[in-house]
Amino acid sequence: MAIAEHPSAYPARRPDRLGAAIARQGTAFWVAAALLLLMPLLVSSFWLVQILAYAMILGMIALSLMFLAGYGGIVSLVQMTVAALAGYVVAIFGHSAITQISLGWPWWAAVIVAVLIATAFGTLSGALSVRTEGIYTIMITLAIASAFYYLTLQNYTVFNGFSGFNGITPPVFLGVDWGENIPFYYLVLGCSALACWAVVYVARAPFGLALQGTRDNPRRMAALGFDVTAHKIAAYAFASALAAFAGVLLVWYQRQISPGTGGVGPVVDILIIAVVGGLSRPIGPFIGALVYVLLRTFSLDLLEWVGLDGKRFQLLIGLGFLVIVLFSPDGLIGIWRRITERARRSREARAAQMRIGGDAPGGTP
Amino acid sequence: MGDFIARRPIWSFLIIVFAAILLWLVFAVWPPALEASLGRKRVFLSALFNGITLGALYFLVASGFTLIFGLMRNVNLAHGSLYLMGGYIGYSIGELTGSWLVALLIAFLVVAVVGILMQVLLFRWMEGQDLRQTLVTIGLSIIFADLLLWSYGGDTFQVTTPEWLSGPVELPFIVGLRSSGEAVMMNYPLVRIAILFGAIVVGIAMWLALNRTRVGMLVRAGVDDRDMLSATGVRVQLVFITVFAFGAGLAGLAGVVGGTFQSLQPGEDIKILLSSLVVVIVGGMGSIPGAAMGALIVGLAEQFGSVYMPTYAVMLTFVIMVAVLAIRPEGLAARR
Repeated sequence: MAIAEHPSAYPARRPDRLGAAIARQGTAFWVAAALLLLMPLLVSSFWLVQILAYAMILGMIALSLMFLAGYGGIVSLVQMTVAALAGYVVAIFGHSAITQISLGWPWWAAVIVAVLIATAFGTLSGALSVRTEGIYTIMITLAIASAFYYLTLQNYTVFNGFSGFNGITPPVFLGVDWGENIPFYYLVLGCSALACWAVVYVARAPFGLALQGTRDNPRRMAALGFDVTAHKIAAYAFASALAAFAGVLLVWYQRQISPGTGGVGPVVDILIIAVVGGLSRPIGPFIGALVYVLLRTFSLDLLEWVGLDGKRFQLLIGLGFLVIVLFSPDGLIGIWRRITERARRSREARAAQMRIGGDAPGGTP
Repeated sequence: MGDFIARRPIWSFLIIVFAAILLWLVFAVWPPALEASLGRKRVFLSALFNGITLGALYFLVASGFTLIFGLMRNVNLAHGSLYLMGGYIGYSIGELTGSWLVALLIAFLVVAVVGILMQVLLFRWMEGQDLRQTLVTIGLSIIFADLLLWSYGGDTFQVTTPEWLSGPVELPFIVGLRSSGEAVMMNYPLVRIAILFGAIVVGIAMWLALNRTRVGMLVRAGVDDRDMLSATGVRVQLVFITVFAFGAGLAGLAGVVGGTFQSLQPGEDIKILLSSLVVVIVGGMGSIPGAAMGALIVGLAEQFGSVYMPTYAVMLTFVIMVAVLAIRPEGLAARR
């Protein structure tokens, strides 16, 4: 099912035609971008950070899965683990309240080390799981993810066991305290936009096209001289780097990290977010994450309003996920696309009818 | 067997040496030097037996999982939920009727019916779509987990061990010598030994059913080539439903068994699911002997790990999995 759209062939880019570049993205894109940029004026800080920023962070992790699944046909459950590992490394090498473990490096050094280590880990797990194919990957990555969870739970010398690390703060940089609500929102927004752009760019680059080739027909790609395994491992590396950056943001958002961050629940949640949003476009995971965070935050009120026990949040998530998987394999954006398609078609049909019927323009059919 | 020795003389030699050392460790009276380095023999023996009986439980769960995967290419991530469901049902029936065997039987039947419903209502309509089926099982496992939490709460339950299975039994293994020179024998819970025998009986019955009956022949043919089997006029759907019912029922039965010598609580479903995943990955997917081998390895690794390296017990299991993946990605018992 995880079939991403082939990026349509764009005409050769000419930097002097800015107007064309703006027009190419479509109105919806610019409206959304303006809305996101102006969001701090419109909503409270609760919505800004707890809902939007959190959704974008989860969206970035899910985006890394979308890249693997949509373009590479690899469904990996290890992305949340990569993010959690990056968060842990930030806590271990940077500052936290657990001073006997944390090394107290400057934040930028900790972040670089975190991204490197987490990317290496993600690539290694990828190398381990690409040796088997298809549906096996999901089992192996789930097993690796839970191994990491148990490691963090049982190891006290490095990961500080059950309690993990707390007191991790976002850095003060360029005279701005990035832990403040509005700077943090813009930081996350900027990173998400960058991540989205990176995914779109890589998908259109020769590497991305070759990756989509290996997804559609690995044997033919191998016959053409492409190294299928290497392409898949490289895809893991790219996706892991994305997830690692998101993990750094996640630990800054939570200001603490514990084994639960990379537990089996969150690991599966990322898959749910990506699938519910839709695996065919980079925007899908963000929509899925927004829906997930909204449901998670307001399910108590929602369920009690309907007259059910507010604790049945998981039931709601599970049922919603099942309905999406059963009826719309390409997620919420698939539903949206079908609706707009139908509207367009009925509009065209109406127009055609009018022409055939010879009605006066503007007359109701 | 002889073929194996001829093909891999070094490996066979190592296996034989290892088996000999193990036998010596089990039967001999340990000299003091060994006790000083490895700890008491009683601890070693109980870790060994606990590992084997835990492996028996894992085999019961994982054989259903591997059978369903082998035939239908369906990674049933709701298998752990079926286990927990069986355990809870067994607990309720056991409390109601007071009979352990009735609880075992009803848990098997009810969970088998749930399995049939899953196959008929859901998976039948998305045949050949591996990923979609797996996603559906994830959704189901979330729903089942929450429904079970809703009806049974977060408390820990234990299925009551029947009268005729409770209490320890003396095994013919010497754990040490008293100062008088009299041998101390090993005492071990009877219920665990019964479970081990049960699992062996189920394993042999499954092997016979797969290799000596017509249905088993159809299942094996289906594992090899599903499309060809249906082209020969076999009603494949019926075979699928049978296998799904049996695999699910086995998980439910294992739930009662696990609930008897371990405990039942939310979260147990994920633990069992992960164990079966590792068992099946280590053993080779879709193979019953592989499941038995993997279950034994994982059970032993968990128990010896928790005795000799307590902080990394669970990690040991995964290290084994990674090692197997690196050397033989298809699993130990996979056909080449």
